[in-house]
Order: sequence, then C-alpha cells, then structure tokens
Amino acid sequence: MKKVFESPKSLTKDPFTYCPGCHHGIAHRLVAEALDEFGVREKTIGVCPVGCSVFAYVFFDCDMICAAHGRAPAVATGIKRAKPDSIVFTYQGDGDLASIGTAEIVHTANRGENITVIFINNAIYGMTGGQMAPTTLVGQVTQTSPYGRDPKTMGYPIKVAEMLSTLKGVAYISRVALSKPAYILKAKKAIRKAFQSQIEGKGFSLVEILSTCPTNWGLSPIEANKWLEENMIPYYPLGEFKTPEEVS
Amino acid sequence: MAKILIDEERCKGCELCIPACPKHIMVMAEYFNKKGYHPAKQIKPEECTGCTFCAITCPDVAIEVYK
Repeated sequence: MKKVFESPKSLTKDPFTYCPGCHHGIAHRLVAEALDEFGVREKTIGVCPVGCSVFAYVFFDCDMICAAHGRAPAVATGIKRAKPDSIVFTYQGDGDLASIGTAEIVHTANRGENITVIFINNAIYGMTGGQMAPTTLVGQVTQTSPYGRDPKTMGYPIKVAEMLSTLKGVAYISRVALSKPAYILKAKKAIRKAFQSQIEGKGFSLVEILSTCPTNWGLSPIEANKWLEENMIPYYPLGEFKTPEEVS
Repeated sequence: MAKILIDEERCKGCELCIPACPKHIMVMAEYFNKKGYHPAKQIKPEECTGCTFCAITCPDVAIEVYK
C-alpha cells in the first residue's frame, strides 16, 4: 500500500491554531504543496501579515518574516530585490491587504515586483472579532455593521482581483474558493501557476482565495461553506483575470 | 483497497470531511479527543476508494491516505 496523501514537507508538524473549519489550514497546505512540488523550499522566504494568519511563520517550514500590518508587499519587495534568486511570497488576509495595506499592494502590483501574493478573502476581520472589512458584502451583518453593510455610508465591497488585473505590471491574477474538493483542486492549480510565473520571472502574481470564517460569521463550518457559495461567489466570480501566455 | 489514517489529536471536529466524502462513510466519533472535540471517524472502511477528498478538504491536514 502506497501513501497517496500526506502533510507536505513545507509545513511543520505544529497543529494549526485556527478555529475549526477555517480555510486558512487548506490554503497553507496548498501553498506548502506548491513549494514542495517546485522544490524551492530552501530558497523561499514568506512574509506573514497581521491577522489570524500572523502565526503562519510557525506553520510554514521555510524562512518567514512577519511584516507590520498591511506592509507585507513592501517587505517582500525589499527581500526580492536584495535576493533576486529567492522565491518570495506574502500571505495576507482582507483586513491586511484590502484595508490598511491597499497602498502597498496596489503599488507593488503596479511596479510588477516579481513576488507571489496569497490573498485570503473571508469578507470579515477574523482575529479582531468580526468587524466589517472592505470586502464585507452589501447587507452583511458584522460587529461594526449591525444593520448590514449599507453602501451609502460604507461603500461597496472591493473586488481586489479585478482591480489589480487592470495594472500593467501584473502577470497572473486569479480568484479561487475552497468550499468543496473541486474548487480546492482548482485553487491548487492557480497557486502553482502563480509560483510558476514568479519562478519564470514574469512579474507580480496574486491568487485571491475566497474562504470562510465560521466563528465570526456565526455559522457551522458546513453552513459557512454553503453561505460562501450562495453569497460570495455570485459577487466575487471565480476565474483567471490575467494570465501570461506562457503559464496558461 | 484503500485506507485512511486520521490523526485524532489534530482533528478539530469541523465535520467538513463528511460532505466531502463521495461514499458517505465519514462520521464524527462519539468520544472526545484531548482538545475536547469529537474527532472524525471512518465507518465501512472497505468502501473507501482512496479518492483523498476528505484529506484535501481537511483544514487541519489530519488525514493521510494510502492506496
């Protein structure tokens, strides 16, 4: 009998500190598997954000740096320019990337820095206790939008993948989800393409991952997956928004 | 013939492996693990095809698959 599935080498043996059913664990595993498969773990430097995944440096078995809130793309830019042979990725949530770090991500993408960004969009602030994020859906109830997000005063949810795909420096952008096995397999492919595009020196790559926050959404993990498919996917369509011809 | 190995102490009882399994042979055990969660358990192991869907869905990477 042959082992056909095991924890990737690029993950440590430490158990994840995330809530039950949180998709961070799946996203971590997919990134780690991509690093294993490209054989780049020894030259990879990851940048973790502020948010639930701030402890990503405990779980990834490669060099990791923790950046100030939202500044992961700026730190990653510095690393990549100082060590151009290394593989650099950032792992950021929506509060980190789409709120406090909007300037950093937009300009890093616009400069076409050759890094990979893994962007976790769960439509809410996780670590701080479920406040409204820039990606919170219209009408969605959170701690700071108790009557639902009202676009008149709170604006509309930001579609990061679409917004950044208009920039010329960007090589690869796609949006995926993790709510069922078929989506997870597609997400794996997208993450591989993003790293491949970096390895081939094509420029900035980003994968937006729609994921759940069962704790702050107030749903069970299974209900949360259903909520994601019924509410988030219609607003945040899945697919590739920009692909260099060579990695398509 | 396929089999899965569940690391019961890593499992947080999120139940996501239950709808992921096409053979409907994943359940939650009645006992608790050290964290206080009901860990995942496979019933009818002879029906397992080793498709790995439970393992790729598991957010805690608690399942290994042999085929």
